[in-house]
Amino acid sequence: MLALTRKKGQSIIIGDGIEITVVDIQGDQVRLGIKAPKNIAVHRKEIFIEIQEENRRAANVKANVLNDFFKNNR
Amino acid sequence: MKLETKHFGCIDIEEENIICFPEGLPGFEDTRKYVLLGKNDEESPFRWLQCVDRPDVAFAIIDPRLIKPDYVAHIESADIEILDIKEEDKALVYVILVVPEDITKMTANLKAPVIINPFNNMGKQVVLEKGDYGIKHYVFEELRKAGG
Repeated sequence: MLALTRKKGQSIIIGDGIEITVVDIQGDQVRLGIKAPKNIAVHRKEIFIEIQEENRRAANVKANVLNDFFKNNR
Repeated sequence: MKLETKHFGCIDIEEENIICFPEGLPGFEDTRKYVLLGKNDEESPFRWLQCVDRPDVAFAIIDPRLIKPDYVAHIESADIEILDIKEEDKALVYVILVVPEDITKMTANLKAPVIINPFNNMGKQVVLEKGDYGIKHYVFEELRKAGG
């Protein structure tokens, strides 16, 4: 992994059109500003991974379990 | 075209009803084409987002307002542009259900709704930055009240 040292207000450029700026630093928290083309999705990694895992769990749905539930609750 | 589905056997789908998810869905990045199955009627409040590329992939989805009547999906401007949404209130909003064997533990992912533009059949699962919505929102009691 490439590691670069930046100060508050400084940026890095990635490729053609992605810019990440250190907006603020408070203790162990860094606030980043991200400029990217609209087709580049930007997510907090842990939340994105959680959503990936949740979708994989969701794809295991058993149709009959769901159908029975709604029939029985009417 | 014919489609062999996970829950509905072999069904006939119209090309024009295929919804394109240009980025796929998180965890299913290689699946771009889906169809909506099941009517949103009184029989059952949920529908299916059936993958066309991978027939073994289908998601149970539901209108989040059946769970939380005040649910608001604030769609980021980048996503509005990607989906080419002209009128935000006409976009379809669904949330994906996780249905375990013990159905009382059923959850809905309110944090990451599926947004579909019905005018051009483009879709995306977005992540809401605004609103305090959980990835695992327990829905059993709320749905029983709404459906029963």
